[in-house]
Amino acid sequence: MKIFVCIKQVPGVSEVRIDPQTNSLVREGIPSVTNPFDKNAIELALTIKEEQNAEVIAISMGPPQAKEVLREALAMGVDRAFLLSDKAFAGADTLATSYTLALAIKRILKGSKDKTNYLVIVGAQAIDGDTGQVGPELAEELNIPQITYVQKFELKEKIILVERIFREEEIVIIETRVPALISVLKEINTPRNPPMSGIVKAYKKEIKVLNAEELKPDKRKIGRHGSMTEVWKIFVPERKGEQIILEGTNEEKVQELCRNLKNDKIL
Amino acid sequence: MSIFINDELCTGCGSCTETCPFVGIEIIDNKAVITENCNFCGACLDACPVDAILIEKKEFEVEKIDLSEYRGVWVIAEHYKNIVHPVVFQLLGKGGDLAKELEVNLTLVILGANFDERLEEFSLHGPDEIIYIKSPILKNYYSDLYVQALIELINENKPEIILIGATPTGRDFAPRIAKRLNAGLTADCTGLEIDQTTRNLLQTRPTFGGTLMATIRTPNSRPQMATVRPGIFNSPERSKGKTRIRKIDFNFKEKDLVTKIVRVIERKKNSINLEDAEIIVSGGRGVGSKENFKIIEELAEVLGAELGGSRVTVELGWLDQDRQIGQTGKTVSPKLYIACGISGAIQHLAGMQNSEIIVAINKDRNAPIFNVAHYGIIGEIDEIVPLLIEALKKELNQD
Repeated sequence: MKIFVCIKQVPGVSEVRIDPQTNSLVREGIPSVTNPFDKNAIELALTIKEEQNAEVIAISMGPPQAKEVLREALAMGVDRAFLLSDKAFAGADTLATSYTLALAIKRILKGSKDKTNYLVIVGAQAIDGDTGQVGPELAEELNIPQITYVQKFELKEKIILVERIFREEEIVIIETRVPALISVLKEINTPRNPPMSGIVKAYKKEIKVLNAEELKPDKRKIGRHGSMTEVWKIFVPERKGEQIILEGTNEEKVQELCRNLKNDKIL
Repeated sequence: MSIFINDELCTGCGSCTETCPFVGIEIIDNKAVITENCNFCGACLDACPVDAILIEKKEFEVEKIDLSEYRGVWVIAEHYKNIVHPVVFQLLGKGGDLAKELEVNLTLVILGANFDERLEEFSLHGPDEIIYIKSPILKNYYSDLYVQALIELINENKPEIILIGATPTGRDFAPRIAKRLNAGLTADCTGLEIDQTTRNLLQTRPTFGGTLMATIRTPNSRPQMATVRPGIFNSPERSKGKTRIRKIDFNFKEKDLVTKIVRVIERKKNSINLEDAEIIVSGGRGVGSKENFKIIEELAEVLGAELGGSRVTVELGWLDQDRQIGQTGKTVSPKLYIACGISGAIQHLAGMQNSEIIVAINKDRNAPIFNVAHYGIIGEIDEIVPLLIEALKKELNQD
């Protein structure tokens, strides 16, 4: 069986700040990281592989530097890694992204004996865009069932049994068959740290770059052209109300705070 | 769409690289160069002091669909144990405003099993029409059945806008429908407006963990789909109006199901309700120890507030996981939020920056929490908080 894990390189959001003076995004020195949820997806794929015969394939779409996250996936223990990178893929929204990812998956499956013996695992969402849309759209493009927000997973002879969390009050146990797409929550496992040996091996493995020429897409469906949504504007949210730093002795600061909260009719 | 740099004008000043949220523009050899990350958002255009950047927003060469064929605003309902999710009524409120502006009907679509008696009641929330898709199997939620039934209905009726709650359920089926229709979908919107001239829906949503807002539109395709964050819009006043009710029997065959619900395990819903709390007192690493957290608890008690904390306090075992506030915890918007010893990492801010009044107490005057705070006290937690408890006790006893 083939297990595809789709991963994304994201800015380490914890580092992103707004400069209060210029009101613009401070990006300087912000490292790019593997989307945290995607590490849970990789971990799940590797656990399945340890229990049964499977090949784990990591796919990412992005600029050349996205190789870094694929290198990390290889170091964790992924068998093969593909980067979908081309200027023609730029500006893709979730529709165009899922189309391109599906093309790559279909292409990689082409050589296998049983083209339906596969699983796709994705993180529930990326921490930069926060949409969680690529997973279900990819499942639709591949025409396979999807189960989102999974916190527990079992696979026995092509039967998938999962715990899906949609609300606090209930856990729903759902069954489906391979091929299928699963989106995972961080509760599902604790991603391993790449072992030293894995890091060394990862640098010897090839990261195959697939461009538009190789994937032969319908040009109307990729990149900016394939995207139905467009970013019309981006802005820094206005802060609500004034900021007052209370001065004086500690007692005075506290008194002043109480007075203000009273004026605001909070107390 | 294309973006160009006029090399003759570009001075390589770098204003564009500083404002670009996507690392989509770089300075190479003293000239700006567009990278593959470019999202054509146009932030660099405004930043460029010499107008060296040009975006050509020409019409895409896509199959032109007749946008005018699409009319009406739809809200898709979500329910659990026969109780409709509150976001559905909030969407009817906002959807009603949008429909009025567009001079079209507002339609509530509900897929379910036992709603015959309830439709009258739903009509009080302002829809011009209710479409009820009925089948015993629809008592529960199935992605595949929702997609199948809704696709058929949408293709037949061609609404121009479809609003869905940004709940796990909504975010499960909405993308699948969008993909099959090749329709634009915007996730987790917090603002919706109409551009009157184009009838485009302007969809605003937080991005980069809430540090930035993006307004998205779908100029060339219909329907325009959006999932909308619960708790943002108000439910409409109930009123009696004319509502057309259509019931459709859903012809479902067992073999249509690709996923099967094996079992449902009920859990007790947590009694801690941070999302609805009016006041929250919250602690962070700066509180110092589990022992010290007791004064934070006491402050919460005096105010009748819920207790919360940042992720690190949960990791250190000072606080239960279900009290964690932030990107990986709860999102809250109380009337008053008191942050004690919280530095204000972006993940934490994402979970509380919509609070009405934010008070920050921290010894580090450069802590980012002060950027969102309305009142800031710079000082030690173990000095300020006990004083505050005393002052509040006096204050509250007087009333």
